[in-house]
Amino acid sequence: MQYALLIYGDEKVWADRDEREKRQNSERHAKYMAMLRSRNAMLGGEQLSPSATATTVRNGADGVGVTDGPYAETAEQIGGFYLIEAADLDEAIELARQLPEPIVEIRPLVYHPKS
Amino acid sequence: MSAEQAVEQAYRDQWSRLLALLVTRLRRFDLAEDSLQGAYVAAARVWPEQGVPERPAAWLYASAYRRALDRVRREDADARRLPLLLTDPQPADVDEDGDVPDERLRLLFACCHPALRPDARAALMLRFVAGLTTAEIARLFLVTEPTMAARLTRAKAKMAAAGIPLRAPSAADLPGRLDVVLKVIYLIFTEGYRATAGPDLLRPRLAAEAIRLGYLVGELLPGEPRGVALLALMLLQHARRDARVAPDGTLVPLAEQDRDRWRHDEIARGRSLLGYLEAVPMAGEYHLQALIAAEHAGPAPPDWPRIARLYAELERRTGSPVVRLNRAVAVAESGSPDAALALLQGLDRALPGNHLLPAVRADLLTRLDRPGEARAAYDAALALVRTAPERAHLEARRSAL
Repeated sequence: MQYALLIYGDEKVWADRDEREKRQNSERHAKYMAMLRSRNAMLGGEQLSPSATATTVRNGADGVGVTDGPYAETAEQIGGFYLIEAADLDEAIELARQLPEPIVEIRPLVYHPKS
Repeated sequence: MSAEQAVEQAYRDQWSRLLALLVTRLRRFDLAEDSLQGAYVAAARVWPEQGVPERPAAWLYASAYRRALDRVRREDADARRLPLLLTDPQPADVDEDGDVPDERLRLLFACCHPALRPDARAALMLRFVAGLTTAEIARLFLVTEPTMAARLTRAKAKMAAAGIPLRAPSAADLPGRLDVVLKVIYLIFTEGYRATAGPDLLRPRLAAEAIRLGYLVGELLPGEPRGVALLALMLLQHARRDARVAPDGTLVPLAEQDRDRWRHDEIARGRSLLGYLEAVPMAGEYHLQALIAAEHAGPAPPDWPRIARLYAELERRTGSPVVRLNRAVAVAESGSPDAALALLQGLDRALPGNHLLPAVRADLLTRLDRPGEARAAYDAALALVRTAPERAHLEARRSAL
């Protein structure tokens, strides 16, 4: 199965990291990605710019609304994601546990067979 | 045995095993449930006419499996796109002797997966491991049948879509996953042992189902000490069911219970399980609780200082405010109501809305001859109590002041 690992965290904590901490974090993610690749589990993944850069579009009945900011204003925001291949939820949980980030939401991708 | 009795017996003995096998083979809950139901309906029609087959379980399995395949063939493309449950390896089929391979262990762990909600875990266990109908489970949990059906449907859909595997956990995961299984069983038990709402204090059927699941864990994972301890605990507590409620529906405190109405055979079985655990080096939480229950099930009065020590150890392990409350009661019974009252300090914040805390405080204040404060505590307890028999008990204590 394919899963998205959505990385949540406190943006303030992320923003306050000094250069050394940022470098260490990059190294941890590089190691994590290498581990995913060695298990043929890596499908993709990206870091997102902070939610201050987000734009939300609402396609409502009363026309299109464009607003500044993320959809939900909460302390924890999505900072990035990985797309992984795992046999089942147990393996996805095992891979999510190794991610060097505080909160990881696991979402299965919907499988659309080519008809 | 008549054909009707044979169908009934096959239902009692084989339903949950057949369902577990069909779920693992078909990898769909709805398909397994509906086709097995159809097979039993067919048996009730065919067996009286054509005679009971030599191997009833194999007949039912074959009939259910055929029905499932027919239905899959008729289904449209949308239904075919629904995600299937994940399982490995594929289970064995019903063998030539008609023996049904036991796949309930996989189902047990899948139904108790940590990615499911606790109330859904309990419902799934009763449906797919204990083999109860949705209507029965709804009645036991005091919700309507559509509510319970919706809860089960949501949980089943999540299992398939999220990829919760039908698989016993790895050796590394087993301890943690077993904890969840045992917790679900104990939740089912306590819901039956001490109803949190409603007119009846006990729903013995629910507690009995939990005990049946406890035996099943013992059968599937023999010698697992935590499972044995939980079973001992449940047997020792459940053995007192007939004595816990008076004919008028009021609660009978332990010290006043008619011991002739305890099930002494069940108490003996609980004790012998505890005997088996003596060889286990470190007593777990269920073990400590079972030792406390065994003290209560022995000759009166129980060894209160020992019970207080067991609760102190249990509190050290769990940090649970409910355990501290029970410890306070044991300390009071050991002859130190003032020390017990001191143990209640700080519990109000940890147990808001719990009527037992003011009820215990009222009792301690009564013992310490402080009736004014005791009355206020009884009032606080009466404002929170939710079952009618407990309310009657508290009112009687208050008016005796």
